[in-house]
Amino acid sequence: MHGSTLVSATAEKDPMDANAHAMTRPGAGADADLELELVAARAPFFTALGKWVRHQPLGALSGGGVIVMILIAVLAPHLAPFDPVAAHYDNMAAAPSFEYWLGTDQFGRDLMSRVIWGARTALFIGFTSAILGSTLGLVFGVTSAYFGGWFDLLFQRVMDVFLAFPLIIMALAVVAIFGTGPGNVIIAITIPFVPRCARVVRSNALTIREMPYVDAARALGYGHLRIILRHMAPNCMAPYLIMLTTFLGQAILLEAALSYLGLGVQEPIPAWGLMLQGGAEEYAESAPWIAIFPGLAITLAVFAFNLFGDSVRDTLDPKLRAR
Amino acid sequence: MTDTRALLEVENLYTQFDTSAGIVRAVDGVSYTVKEGETVGIVGESGCGKSVNAMSILRLIPDPPGRIAGGSIRFAGRNLLAMSEAEIREVRGGQIGMVFQEPMTSLNPVLTIGLQLCETMELHLKLSPEQAQARAVELLGMVGISEPERRLQQYPHHLSGGMRQRVMIALALSCKPKLIIADEPTTALDVTIQAQILELMKDLSNRLGVALVVITHNLGVVARYADRVYVMYAGKIVESGSAQDIYHRPSHPYTLGLLRSVPRMDRPRGERLIPIDGHPPDLTREIHGCAYRPRCSFAVERCAKEVPRIEELTPGHASACFEKTRLEPLLEKAS
Repeated sequence: MHGSTLVSATAEKDPMDANAHAMTRPGAGADADLELELVAARAPFFTALGKWVRHQPLGALSGGGVIVMILIAVLAPHLAPFDPVAAHYDNMAAAPSFEYWLGTDQFGRDLMSRVIWGARTALFIGFTSAILGSTLGLVFGVTSAYFGGWFDLLFQRVMDVFLAFPLIIMALAVVAIFGTGPGNVIIAITIPFVPRCARVVRSNALTIREMPYVDAARALGYGHLRIILRHMAPNCMAPYLIMLTTFLGQAILLEAALSYLGLGVQEPIPAWGLMLQGGAEEYAESAPWIAIFPGLAITLAVFAFNLFGDSVRDTLDPKLRAR
Repeated sequence: MTDTRALLEVENLYTQFDTSAGIVRAVDGVSYTVKEGETVGIVGESGCGKSVNAMSILRLIPDPPGRIAGGSIRFAGRNLLAMSEAEIREVRGGQIGMVFQEPMTSLNPVLTIGLQLCETMELHLKLSPEQAQARAVELLGMVGISEPERRLQQYPHHLSGGMRQRVMIALALSCKPKLIIADEPTTALDVTIQAQILELMKDLSNRLGVALVVITHNLGVVARYADRVYVMYAGKIVESGSAQDIYHRPSHPYTLGLLRSVPRMDRPRGERLIPIDGHPPDLTREIHGCAYRPRCSFAVERCAKEVPRIEELTPGHASACFEKTRLEPLLEKAS
């Protein structure tokens, strides 16, 4: 290749000569700067994964937990030993045994099966609302930063109003308006997430907005929507992913809380918060397993998602990654 | 000045910025013409309004705080300032291409080269993805990038600054524009690459018949590549003429100052450079008389009272200086 000969020639021959050569033949010199190209060793996926596991052992552990949970949720019909809504009236509030691994609740429903099916409810609502909330937040945040000026000012004040409500109060208000049910729970959890993500993304997008490639995109005649969605939003992936993973844990906790308060998922759908509510008060002494196992499931799930979120943040934050 | 083949006619353009310190008159009554296929250089020091002038043509001035306060910009017979947002978007990229100063950051880091090239052509030329792909390969070859097919799959960080500027040129050329505005296209590049990029731009503009407006503070660039030169100072054009005129018969003290403050190959080595004293004026204040007066060694009383109008000395060579005739003998002494 011409470029390599040119570069090696610089070392052997008079450097001035090589320069003059490049000056007089502009077309030929193109290969020379090719040599400067970053020779990024494209690490195979598994090597990169191994490195990440060594740097983030807790992240890897929680990541594994998250994957197991997703598998449990997806494979619930095959894993659950019993129908989660089928009542076994001859075995009500039975203690854990070989037949019912985690015991049964006050209606004789198998707790093991309900916890497994509950993972499906929790993860479905958690993922949907976290993805929905952070994606809407991404679009809103970038839009707000892109237009700037009075639009940004007004938009941020609206976001402030939403942010002023505590997460759970906001969700309560939404459920009060729209009613209960999985769909409305998702809406209730999503709405308080949007301004949180929008705020974080906006601050990032404000710096992106000043980048020359955004000006260049405008100079190429692109419309606002295209610039926002295609040119700016992908550059805000780091805060987006961080917010998304943080929201996952929060969404699961929030869903459990709403269900516990009777504002979320309704019986007989198996949901962890709902199971907790059914068992916590009356059976705390006589059959503690009714409340312990769903509670444990919530704790482990939120813990795993939060740890995972933390390690994602550490990985994506360039300041921390340098070490 | 009016020519039958005028492509871009800027008349009495005023661009202002509202800041807390007052109104900044970044471009203050600028008029110039670019003919079809011609290369025009706009020269001046930092902050004299060159880039704002370029951005004004495509109406890319952020509003607020900026605004085009007056004048007209006619491109191929159409008034760009009167166009709707949708119409100007078609002109941007479609009929007027732009090359920016910072090749390192002018390409979107998260999108591949191919995607960025094809997107424009699909938008403006209504090409199918396959046609756009084929043309992208052709364009990259045209700007001297080897292995164009492979390059299309790469991201900007895989390329060096010179390569990226080549991609930017390909991008500006992609939709067969009639005019390319290059805003300091070589400032951020190595000296060796600078010459290559300029040669490439000049060559392509000749070959494709594209008019070129090169905005720069580098007089060497202008001398070599521009057909006509406009010298800007404090938002105004102070001298215009052919590259020959500007170089050999500068008739504005500012042009003369610029020429004297850069090292030149045709002068003896070790000769002292003469810098221009002082700073460019604060554009938020209203300037009485000639803006260059405080820094000018030719200034007379009249300069403080009246704003000199730009007047022709010889056909095609104009200067905004009352004392332009006094510069002539001095030049002969110098050379």
